[in-house]
Amino acid sequence: MTETLSLGPLLFHWDAEKKRDFYFRIADESCFDTVYVGEVVCSKRAPFFAPYLTEVVERLQRGGKQVILSTLALIMSEPEMEHVINLPETTDLLIEANDIGTAALLTGRPHVIGPFVNVYNEGTLEYLANQGAVRVSLPWELPSESLAALAKSATVELEVQIFGRMALAISARCYHARAHGLHKSKCQFVCAEDANGMSVETLDGEDFLSVNGCQTLSHTVCNLMDELESLREIGIQAFRISPHAIDMVAIGQTFRDVLDGETSAAEGQRKLADSVHFAPFSNGFYHGEDGAAYVS
Amino acid sequence: MTAALELVCPAGNPASLKAAVDAGADVVYAGFADDTNARNFPGLNFTRPQMKDGIAYAHEHGCGVFIAINTYARAGNPDPWRTAIDDAAALGADAVILADIGLLDYAQRSQPRLRRHLSVQASASNPEAIGFYHKAFGVKRVVLPRVLTVKEIAALNARIPVETEVFAFGGMCVMAEGRCSLSSYVTGQSPNTDGVCSPASHVGYEKRDGKLISRLGDFTLNIFSEDEAAGYPTLCKGRFVTEGQASYLFEEPASLNVLGLLSELAEAGVSALKIEGRQRGRAYVSQVVKTFRNAVDAAGRGEKVAAGELDAMTEGGRDTTGAYEKIWH
Repeated sequence: MTETLSLGPLLFHWDAEKKRDFYFRIADESCFDTVYVGEVVCSKRAPFFAPYLTEVVERLQRGGKQVILSTLALIMSEPEMEHVINLPETTDLLIEANDIGTAALLTGRPHVIGPFVNVYNEGTLEYLANQGAVRVSLPWELPSESLAALAKSATVELEVQIFGRMALAISARCYHARAHGLHKSKCQFVCAEDANGMSVETLDGEDFLSVNGCQTLSHTVCNLMDELESLREIGIQAFRISPHAIDMVAIGQTFRDVLDGETSAAEGQRKLADSVHFAPFSNGFYHGEDGAAYVS
Repeated sequence: MTAALELVCPAGNPASLKAAVDAGADVVYAGFADDTNARNFPGLNFTRPQMKDGIAYAHEHGCGVFIAINTYARAGNPDPWRTAIDDAAALGADAVILADIGLLDYAQRSQPRLRRHLSVQASASNPEAIGFYHKAFGVKRVVLPRVLTVKEIAALNARIPVETEVFAFGGMCVMAEGRCSLSSYVTGQSPNTDGVCSPASHVGYEKRDGKLISRLGDFTLNIFSEDEAAGYPTLCKGRFVTEGQASYLFEEPASLNVLGLLSELAEAGVSALKIEGRQRGRAYVSQVVKTFRNAVDAAGRGEKVAAGELDAMTEGGRDTTGAYEKIWH
């Protein structure tokens, strides 16, 4: 059987036209089966891309992609909630809930549970499946033993992120604005300056984290190329690749070729290493170690 | 006239429980000594017999006991969490504080008469999320994540059918609780499943050129000069470099303190105040609870309360009203 290869929602605040063109290329040239679109991190960003969303979705669908609409990870105000409340009536797209409030609104309608919702065990998985979830994208920090236990009991498709920086935390506070001496309400959208997130180093100059507005990402790039076979064996059926400002068409193809047995994982690793220069890889969470570790 | 705020106080061990009860707590909250609760530190928490005695002592003095079972059950092994829920009911706890959907579902089915509160670790910050936990699992109270302003809390309270409890004093997560794997990224120990954040087992200090370096796992969290007081290296309270500038990027070392906001919180419809600090000693618990007891009683009589009374108990001698005021965001 063939697993689903997904392109996760773009977490960074790119210029709207650059973002549109990025998705056009994904639609026309990439091998992704599923593409998630929609703002996950900050409600203030959403209006910029809104005028392009319809044409992007249509182009992706014409390209044969299943399009899933991702939603905010942290919903704190009525205007933020109103946007989500209207979604079920305004779109036929499958919606990814990243807050349990959104999941509640989608009860009885097929939907996706995103990785920002805490699904750590079989009881939670079963409950959400009964509410109408058809796919659950699991949290980054789950070790292989937990993934295996969940896969064993799952009645829905399970997805795991296999590439990209990991979303470690979300806050009411915007650290991009704070680092620039600005308040969130007058942030001047400084998060747009960093296409892969703003680098956070320790006082000893160690690369540490990456800030993306209200979100804090890992500095390292999760890479589960060597774990693909094990993931498959334990029953994970969907693999998520989180987009960065690099050639995502090529990254997708590299993973597809390995999944299809066209190239070896070792060859896939060589190609990834050639493509990713902004940070080292990690796979620690999968192996039950600290997430920043790379276990070879 | 608003109802009096209930004072929910930390009990990390039997001595602190007694101190909190004696100092005027309305309720104490405590956990079992394992990874079923979010303060799973060595030497803390309660065995079953200790919990039984603690509940007896609290109840004799008119004080309630909530048991926190607020980590996420591990896939493949839910038994320790389920047993904790069943034991909490058998021991006569007044409520359990849960975060995990699977466990809420279990608690409702196996112990329907045991009152269920939603932990801050569930990060329920909007009416739809809170309404879901109420409708699906009969949750009676939600501990609000530390992301909302007082104004937002008031708007929320007007739209939900459950009580709200808010953090009042002590250490403060700056990230949405229960949705943070920063500590896990650095130490491999997850706040969500192991119940520890920035655990002491991964903390190291070293001296270099007269300076003190604090580390967590493989990373430097801060460097203190001789005239600076060195704080514990909690990950999000470290000093880091962005754009060439060193700063407390996420949050300065400071303690949350709402003494100056008591009447505003009561007017916003809040039912209870939670004091953080199950890892704190008996003397700390006693003084903070006494101060809040007096302040809540004074606020109930319409008197003004000074915010500065607990300065000596704050981290780095600083306090903050955190997310409760818009300026923090």
